[in-house]
Amino acid sequence: MTGRIWLRRLWPLAPIIGSLAITSGLLLLFGVSPFEGFGALIQGAFGTQAKVLSVAAFWVPLTLAATGLVVAFTAGLWNIGVEGQIVMGAVAASWLALRFDAPRPILLAAEILIAMAAGALWAGLTALLKTRGGVHEIFGGLALNNVAIILTNFLISGPWQPPEGGTFRGTVPFPDKALFPLLGESRLSPLSVLLTIVAVAAVYFILRGTYWGLKLDALGRNPRSAFLLGVSSEREVVFAMMFCGALAGLGGAVRVLSWFDSLRQSISGGIGFLALLVVMLALFRVILVPFIAFFFSAVLNGSISLQLRTQLHSSLGGILTSVLVLLVLLFGDYRRLGLFGAREGETLADE
Amino acid sequence: MNELEWVRVLASIVLQATPLMIAVCGETITERAGIVNLSLDGTMLLAAMTGFVAGLLTGSVWLGFLAAALIGGLFASILAFSAIRLRKDQFAVGFVLTLLGEELSAFLGQNYSRIPGESVTHWGIPILKDIPILGRIFFDHDPVVYFAYVLVGFTWWWIFRTQAGLRLRSAGDRPETGFARGVDIQRLRYVYTIVGGALVGIAGAAYSLDIKLGWSEGHTRGLGWIALAIVIFGGWSPIRGALGALLFGASKALATVLQRRFPEVSVVAFNATPWVLMIAVLMLVGSDLSERLIVLAPERYRSRLRHVLRVSAPNALGKPFSPGASGEG
Amino acid sequence: MHIQLEDIRKYFGEVKANDGISLEFMPGNIYGVLGENGAGKTTLMKVLSGFHQPNQGTIKIDDAVIHFGSPADALDSGIGMIYQDPLDEPNMRVVENYVLGRSGMMAFDQKQAKRELNAIAESIGFEVNPREYIDTLSLGERQQLELIRLLSLGADLLILDEPTTGISADQKKLLFNSLQKLAHQDGKIVILVSHKLSEVQELCDHVYVLRRGKKVGEIELPTTKQELVDLMFEELPQRTERASHVKEQAMLELQNLHVADGRIAVGPLELEVRAGEVFGLAGLEGSGQQLLLRAVAGLEDIEEGKIFLDKLDITRFSYHRRKDAGVAYMPAGRLEAGLVAGLDLVEHFVLAEPQEGFVIQRERYQQLTKKRIEEYKIVGQPSSNVEELSGGNQQRAQLALLRKPARLVLLEHPTRGLDVRSAEWIWQRLFERVAGGTAIVFYSADLDEIVERSDRIAAFSGGRMSRIVRADQTTTDELGHMIGGEI
Repeated sequence: MTGRIWLRRLWPLAPIIGSLAITSGLLLLFGVSPFEGFGALIQGAFGTQAKVLSVAAFWVPLTLAATGLVVAFTAGLWNIGVEGQIVMGAVAASWLALRFDAPRPILLAAEILIAMAAGALWAGLTALLKTRGGVHEIFGGLALNNVAIILTNFLISGPWQPPEGGTFRGTVPFPDKALFPLLGESRLSPLSVLLTIVAVAAVYFILRGTYWGLKLDALGRNPRSAFLLGVSSEREVVFAMMFCGALAGLGGAVRVLSWFDSLRQSISGGIGFLALLVVMLALFRVILVPFIAFFFSAVLNGSISLQLRTQLHSSLGGILTSVLVLLVLLFGDYRRLGLFGAREGETLADE
Repeated sequence: MNELEWVRVLASIVLQATPLMIAVCGETITERAGIVNLSLDGTMLLAAMTGFVAGLLTGSVWLGFLAAALIGGLFASILAFSAIRLRKDQFAVGFVLTLLGEELSAFLGQNYSRIPGESVTHWGIPILKDIPILGRIFFDHDPVVYFAYVLVGFTWWWIFRTQAGLRLRSAGDRPETGFARGVDIQRLRYVYTIVGGALVGIAGAAYSLDIKLGWSEGHTRGLGWIALAIVIFGGWSPIRGALGALLFGASKALATVLQRRFPEVSVVAFNATPWVLMIAVLMLVGSDLSERLIVLAPERYRSRLRHVLRVSAPNALGKPFSPGASGEG
Repeated sequence: MHIQLEDIRKYFGEVKANDGISLEFMPGNIYGVLGENGAGKTTLMKVLSGFHQPNQGTIKIDDAVIHFGSPADALDSGIGMIYQDPLDEPNMRVVENYVLGRSGMMAFDQKQAKRELNAIAESIGFEVNPREYIDTLSLGERQQLELIRLLSLGADLLILDEPTTGISADQKKLLFNSLQKLAHQDGKIVILVSHKLSEVQELCDHVYVLRRGKKVGEIELPTTKQELVDLMFEELPQRTERASHVKEQAMLELQNLHVADGRIAVGPLELEVRAGEVFGLAGLEGSGQQLLLRAVAGLEDIEEGKIFLDKLDITRFSYHRRKDAGVAYMPAGRLEAGLVAGLDLVEHFVLAEPQEGFVIQRERYQQLTKKRIEEYKIVGQPSSNVEELSGGNQQRAQLALLRKPARLVLLEHPTRGLDVRSAEWIWQRLFERVAGGTAIVFYSADLDEIVERSDRIAAFSGGRMSRIVRADQTTTDELGHMIGGEI
């Protein structure tokens, strides 16, 4: 009997062990020892101060987007369009950076606001397509993602191209004062870290302490009951999406004004989709998001080093994280698996 | 553009639409059974890579297709298991699988990037290919394209004209009824999800072995998502889905052509057109927009228009089924 | 084919839906199975048709014991049942739905199927269009199709569960003609589960009456309605005296109301409920009471007519607006509709009460929740998730969530799942509201409750509302007739 209890207690480790095992297997398949592989990964993330700062800088927009997504998921929405919202935030901030002149603090503040507004509007559009047009937010988001990328490519190769001609890499670099102040030689902006912490705290508070947060929670769990209790679903859907878009847009501004110094083709870098994984692994709890995001950021940045060290493609990091999320999704909830004697609905007596 | 160029463009549209047609057939039968397989994009990437590499290593294009089909079926079986047995959120699992598929394709295919490999040999159908205009457009390609034609026709026949097809439709529409009539809903869902996934795998390989030869990171990116949208657009019917695939390809080709004709019009407008079109069509399908348009037509055409434009999603799509979960009376 | 049900018992947890019932059916007859809500008629028929397995008891066909593992088994033996919501496929054409389930993988012969379909339809007087989609058909047409399908599969015993609810008069005539032919000419057995006395009189040869899970009588027809009513309804207990709080002013007024959902249509309806009055709606489930309440709550579109709340025209008001105007609605659903699994009691109260500001003052709602828990005797903590509460306590919670004060309270099954004392407690709370001028309109499956608690009562049958009677003056008899379809 005690064996079972131990098994239950240790079960949450199973997905971790599983994903490590699979990743090790892939390493071995390509002739690299797991020790060397994981060692390189950890070195790549934490080896030097510069690397740690890099992990932190990547963590910022990822956390922002994931935090916003928690709000969307709470309302029961699949905001796949978060990629496009990040991009539009970046585009809006870029526009301001290239077109306006003002004292630095004002310029930065304006860039932040316009990026959030752009992200919010782009998300709002997806929401309206859903509520008025009957288009599922997955497809609305998808289409708008692509439109955002098309727009970006156009700007890079056209009106905002650098003086030496359109190279498809990026636009003309922004003036220094339009960029976020960075820490030393790194790409980390302390300002953006502050904003991120504020955002996480704000969402935590909103979801736990406000009427709106509770309405979204009810809406996401049971739309019919929520309606009967007084929640107006169309309005809340639009607002929830816009909120998520605003944070995603902010993430876009951070990318374009600190990680890069201009608008690039891959300005979002898949961060939107990654943020969805982060939220799933964080079990949709905003408190866990920053930590999970840090884990993701460490693994993904570390895997770039891995590629340099072992010649193995950096997507290994992505495999590790994706497998982990998959295993958690599938097997994380051991109670419902019937593995240890408990079946659906039954409560475990001696927990 | 003269006639020869038009024909060439149209023929290329047909060729390019082939993988989409195959994938749409696969996902259509999966969704008709009631399961949504969101992992299409990742599956196609992984299958494209696998197909290419298998073809390269064995020297046989057909073994490449087989490998791709197996990969597609494997991913689909993970989804099927989690949806049917574990009753997990199909969207969530499908989404993770899509990202995983993409990562795996990049990793496992890293040594095979941008190198030449096997490709399907061209084989125009004798006699048919000599038909003026239409012959060049439809019958002067390769076996994969012809397979797509046959598949679309066969799938349509299977869904709408056979007993087995009725059972398939019952599983996605109102499984309680199917169950009461003796259909093994869960097993049926497994079968069609896995077969559908295998077809999606073949579609991925059709790309790397036929259309856009070779492999590189992100080779088929985006196609899986488009296929998902086209399934809806096609009203869960393979023929309409195939038309949707052609339409999508046509709108992209048209954009390129028109761009050359009207260089002053923003490139954004043309490139974005297929996506705007997709949204417009989904709106037509998802809201009462189509009904509002139909009442604009003269009375006597309305009923027929309704039948043609009729799009009804399988009512039980995405919902797990429990046999015998009925209450009391 | 001679069918015997011997001592059938079917339990659902504590509930004894069938408590030892024995019936017999002979070919060439039409049988009626009568009974009030909860009598066990539908359960028994589901046992006979293989949908349920009895806990005890046997089914015999021609003296041989037989066991059905599923409805398909029963159909193999020639027994088929048509449900109130026929089990068909909305997205299929008529001919496809007809053919679904037959063995074989390959092409099915559409022409052959169409011919078969048309032949059977004609033989019993129906008209069908094989190419129509099921979801465009009316309920009556779907019933006809199911009947045809069962006949094509060799059914010799046909069970129809409340078939005339929601079909037109013409369709009813067609149906009855075909049933008579099937039984009296073709020698089949037809079983009609119904509560409509006049229809039972019109159609049936023999009637079984069930009450509270047991058979309480059987009668050969023709007989008087009175005899049927006497068997169906036991004498109601004496209604206790209570003070009347009925005021002069009308709180709810319905004028020429027409409302319909997929199954049933109600109207034209004229009704006036006074402030401080309790109005009870009696009748069999699905006869229109729920539709009416939902329409008044603002959850169903009204086709025609007007609704007034204390002189205010709320016909165009949305559900939320009506809520703010003082209409409190409690659905029958609990966790499906009404409560949110995953949220606790405090959170439910936060949502149910009018919003104040942006930030939730937890303390205030904690207090409120504690108060309501005491008031309604809910067994649970403010922090208990609603899905952890027992059914009865969920019921109490739903009542506790209704806003106070409210001008009009609409209740579906207010005391379902509660024992007698709890139900009494709840009604005392409700009467407190009534004393303050609130009007209550409710329906319940329990006729006792309706008579005991209401000031006035009306009965619904097939979407039509009977005349209104006073609860303290009516008799079991009168109610029985009203529920049985007498307007």
